[in-house]
Amino acid sequence: MRLLSPLAHIGRAVLGLLAATGRVTLFAIDGVSHIVRPPFYGREFLAALLNIGWLSLPVVGLTAFFTGGALALQIYAGGARFSAEAVVPQIVAIGMVRELGPVLVGLMIAARVTSSIAAEIATMKVTEQIDALVTLSTHPMKYLTAPRVLAALLVVPVLVGVGDIIGIYGGFIVGTQQLGFNSATYLKNTADFLEIADIASSLIKGCAFGGIAAIMGCYFGMQSGRGAQGVGQATKASVQAAAVLILAANFILTSVFFTT
Amino acid sequence: MIELENVHKSFGAKKVLQGVDLSIAKGESMVIIGGSGTGKSVTLKSVLGLVTPDQGRILVDGQDVLQADRDAFLARFGMLFQGAALFDSLTVWQNVAFRLLRGSLKRPKEEARSIAIEKLRRVGMKAEVADLFPSELSGGMQKRVGLARAIAADPEIIFFDEPTTGLDPIMSGVINDLIREIVVEMGATAMTITHDMSSVRAIADKVAMLHDGVIQWTGPIAKLDDSGDPYLDQFIHGRAEGPIEAIR
Repeated sequence: MRLLSPLAHIGRAVLGLLAATGRVTLFAIDGVSHIVRPPFYGREFLAALLNIGWLSLPVVGLTAFFTGGALALQIYAGGARFSAEAVVPQIVAIGMVRELGPVLVGLMIAARVTSSIAAEIATMKVTEQIDALVTLSTHPMKYLTAPRVLAALLVVPVLVGVGDIIGIYGGFIVGTQQLGFNSATYLKNTADFLEIADIASSLIKGCAFGGIAAIMGCYFGMQSGRGAQGVGQATKASVQAAAVLILAANFILTSVFFTT
Repeated sequence: MIELENVHKSFGAKKVLQGVDLSIAKGESMVIIGGSGTGKSVTLKSVLGLVTPDQGRILVDGQDVLQADRDAFLARFGMLFQGAALFDSLTVWQNVAFRLLRGSLKRPKEEARSIAIEKLRRVGMKAEVADLFPSELSGGMQKRVGLARAIAADPEIIFFDEPTTGLDPIMSGVINDLIREIVVEMGATAMTITHDMSSVRAIADKVAMLHDGVIQWTGPIAKLDDSGDPYLDQFIHGRAEGPIEAIR
């Protein structure tokens, strides 16, 4: 029996993971289905747009700007080893648009938005506000989940687009002010090298990451245990799950878009 | 009329309700008493459909609550939650008028606001609080707003979950009197769960005592003090000795 004990632990863990995956999937399907079924809560949708989109702009912009600048420095220093310093504009552009822009924005949204959604909904659950919604004939999935998921699906790609541009601008500032690139040449090389498919892949990733971030926040908030500890654990679990799923989704989407 | 027939509910290995039978007539104020963790809240939430019983039936005017159209069914109810459960992101009047601003009972915004202010006045609050947020109010004021929200759509049935918990004795008396007045004035059926005996005496037409997952005793408020039931006697007099085991 003792020999079988590790196997039993592994089995339990796998079953637990599969059950959790099933629960999250059913929750996501339910949440998304409420987006297209009335009633619609416009005020909650606009509040979610403001919170997820507009209020995330500063952190997204700063993250992208510094990453773009650091990327330019790294590529310049690395490229110097084989006399390829001139590729800085192209690699910054492709690196930001295809990979770093969507992933960093996704992770920032997981940190800022997923945690805030999970904490808010978990607190509502602990203080019986979710039960109050039900007794007031309002479906919590429609009132809380659907507006946040829809807002994230629409606005995170926009944030990714803004992040891509600011990241490229960060590289441009470093390239032209510190590394001696001509500004017109830098911009021309950036524009010539980027393809529509790069930009499309970036925005599609943003849409997927936004959906993941919002759904994880809502799911863990709704599943919260009792008291302050329950709220804390729900918030922590939501950010962990969102970050891991965003990175996993990024790998899958990159494989789909760029390995043909 | 609300009828619970042989209602069972367990959470994991813990059997909370083990065959609850209870009947509340139309226009009657029933107060369910019992110690902490005896399943009072679960009973109340089962009637609302927030908790699904494992066994048994709950009927409201002869209709099974689990088969009723949810919107129409819930539109008949108002509920005051233990902690008021006001929505932090909405102002006081938006909380009170929540049901009137959306769904089947939706009214124009100005009309909903004026109804909310009228209901706030009914529970002894001035119109000036209408634009405050719940976090700016004291516990007693939040309870009053919760009460105003519960009666905003003139429900036929009102539930009160521990209406005086966390309030000082004077504020408890005020809330008890308000509940009694409102229930009588509206002719509503009321179901209150509490372990505060002052609430029981102020609010109840009938009392039911829940213990060990079943209704241990039920009867009119007038019979409360001479019921002859040892469980009820121990509870209402707050004695440590008796058939109900007290954990020390």
